[in-house]
Amino acid sequence: MAKMNLLQAINNALITAMEDDEKVMVFGEDVGHFGGVFRATSNLQQKFGRDRCFNTPLTEQGIIGFANGLASQGSVPVAEIQFGDYIFPAFDQIVNETAKWRYRSGGQFSCGTLTIRTPYGGGIAGGHYHSQSPEAYFAHTPGMKIVIPRNPYQAKGLLLASIRDDNPVLFMEPKRLYRASVGDVPEDDFTLPLGKAEITKSGSDITLVAWGAQMEVLDKASELAQKEGIDAEVIDLRSILPWDADTVCESVVKTGRLLISHEAPLTGGFASEIAATVQDKCFLNLESPIARVCGLDTPYPLAHEKEYMPDHLKVFEAIKRTVHY
Amino acid sequence: MKDRNHLSNVGLVHEVSIIENGLIDIPMLQILQPDGTPHKKVTVPDIDQQLALKIYRTMRFVRVLDERMVAAQRQGRISFYLASTGEEAASVASAAALEPQDMIMSQYREQGALAFRGYSTEAFMNQMFSNEKEANKGRQMPIHYGDKALNFMTISSPLGTQIPQASGYAYGQKMAGNEAITICYFGEGAASEGDFHAGLNMAAVLHCPVIFFCRNNGYAISTPAEEQFAGDGIASRGLGYGVKTIRVDGNDSFAVYAATQQARAIALKENCPVLIEAMTYRLAAHSTSDDPTGYRSKEEEGKWQQKDPIARLGAWLKNKGWLDEEQENKDLEKMRQEVLQELKRVEKVPICKIDEIIEDVYDTPPWHLKEQLSELKKHMAKYPEAYPKTSGRL
Ligand SMILES: Cc1ncc(C[n+]2csc(CCOP(=O)(O)OP(=O)(O)O)c2C)c(N)n1
Repeated sequence: MAKMNLLQAINNALITAMEDDEKVMVFGEDVGHFGGVFRATSNLQQKFGRDRCFNTPLTEQGIIGFANGLASQGSVPVAEIQFGDYIFPAFDQIVNETAKWRYRSGGQFSCGTLTIRTPYGGGIAGGHYHSQSPEAYFAHTPGMKIVIPRNPYQAKGLLLASIRDDNPVLFMEPKRLYRASVGDVPEDDFTLPLGKAEITKSGSDITLVAWGAQMEVLDKASELAQKEGIDAEVIDLRSILPWDADTVCESVVKTGRLLISHEAPLTGGFASEIAATVQDKCFLNLESPIARVCGLDTPYPLAHEKEYMPDHLKVFEAIKRTVHY
Repeated sequence: MKDRNHLSNVGLVHEVSIIENGLIDIPMLQILQPDGTPHKKVTVPDIDQQLALKIYRTMRFVRVLDERMVAAQRQGRISFYLASTGEEAASVASAAALEPQDMIMSQYREQGALAFRGYSTEAFMNQMFSNEKEANKGRQMPIHYGDKALNFMTISSPLGTQIPQASGYAYGQKMAGNEAITICYFGEGAASEGDFHAGLNMAAVLHCPVIFFCRNNGYAISTPAEEQFAGDGIASRGLGYGVKTIRVDGNDSFAVYAATQQARAIALKENCPVLIEAMTYRLAAHSTSDDPTGYRSKEEEGKWQQKDPIARLGAWLKNKGWLDEEQENKDLEKMRQEVLQELKRVEKVPICKIDEIIEDVYDTPPWHLKEQLSELKKHMAKYPEAYPKTSGRL
């Protein structure tokens, strides 16, 4: 085990993957010599050479188009989009190409080896274009997997699993935690399962579900609730697509209540999907309406960022409302 | 209907001859040498003393502002800043060749163009402190300026998006019969985005009176131009799209001014786009989040400091007898004081009331936003200390 922050864990996972399989290639804007604007790809070019870790021209549609072609050829691209907010020039390549490549060719061809890494989320005074959480747009796209880690250990295990999974994966990294989240990470090669949620705290009164940086918020809120005698079960979804409905539903059957929280706007956010499935599968177990604590239905603001965020106090209040319904 | 003959202009050859390089070397217009003396037999643009001094003083103002705000960011007073050091001539002298009714669509390193238009120190500060006096209501990060009265479109961070937009804006100006064009600024990095290609092609095909002004400053964050493109800069692409094109020394105010002035005249008269590639160097870090020592040398920076655009124009003005150096230095000190005073004053101005959070999403807030605001305000009233910037004015 070694102490690493989330960036170091990502870097370490990339090194592990590149050492393990020489078909792995890492590229994107500024990822080469400089090691990326967040330094997630530090030293990769020095270690593995310019052919396997390189800067691309500044074009996200180009990066993903190139990565799609590379993946379909059998290489293992790990493409970086500098900020999740800048993934949209590549939307067509991801939604219409990456995700449909296998299906449209009857399984003859695929982009299964592709992993797209991108930092997402707010809380860094980044305004509209350095704060968004665009997971729901991609969750509406059959053929993609979406994975979001909450800490360094999860980041390494999930990223290695994503790179090796035979499906294209969008791997979203909570940039607010890049340096803030520090923990023990095995130096050896290991993977964590995709499509599996994790219960991070068991409890009996209400189920709280989130992913990525929002897990910290749930933990804080659940501590506040505990002081008021409310025992929450906390679940990290980890994979947004396909998501682990079994783990969530089993928990809701036990607690009878569900709260889902994400930073992305409320309307059409992934919480809606979870809520719809849970009310379908657990209708008779529910003792109160499913609560969603999310970002407002506005663009991500700068000056009003604090007010916009679904913080621990908003989650705490919603827990009380749900439990005392 | 006429028969289409799209081969009518194609000449014939009878041997395989693959074209390897550009057909022409695109030269760079330079009027003032780095030491400020004009080249022999060169036509210095027809600029009077007042305009020449305005260009010079605006460049100096921008440098003062940049220095002060980089320092303010280090002190934690603002969250972010992005300087244009070394590139002032590209934005200031090009803006000087425009008319006030021309629309400016910029990338983010063109504070010089905005300052030339008359954006006040106070306005700069209001934006950077995201306060309630700012026209854009503090919704974007520092340096994302926008001012309707000055015909300066609000900046958007996603790179290259303004390029096809400028084509569309210019088309609208033409259709409305305005005596106006659009200028669109961007970096050589942004020119790799698909939007660049879409924008130039559309402007050429649809006859849009727009100037595409590329600041080729050698870097896109850490990525040097050699890793950005393999062709002859950005200018060579204009020719491919059938866009009239010129390359200029971006650190030479007169070359920038002369080229932009002519480009404007052509765009307006012929209803067509013109591409200007200004060769310059980003002496500043990319932004306050960046440290260039990781990707370039001090020696390289030193070489470009020798080509400083402000010193170059200053030397010319002095030779001409238009510059009273003592007075200018006093004025510079005054500028510094004014910038500091405004900073100190404006940093105390509050941010917008929380009600503004749902305004301008649509023309009027729909029911669900009103509902969300009212929930939010109830919550804030319960925990006022958690939202100190706004809870005092619910
Ligand atoms: C679509 C998009 N991708 C990536 C970024 C992140 N980014 C901001 S500035 C920048 C470099 C831009 O370089 P260039 O266009 O050459 O302009 P310069 O900064 O040199 O003035 C990058 C990659 C962005 N803002 N938008």
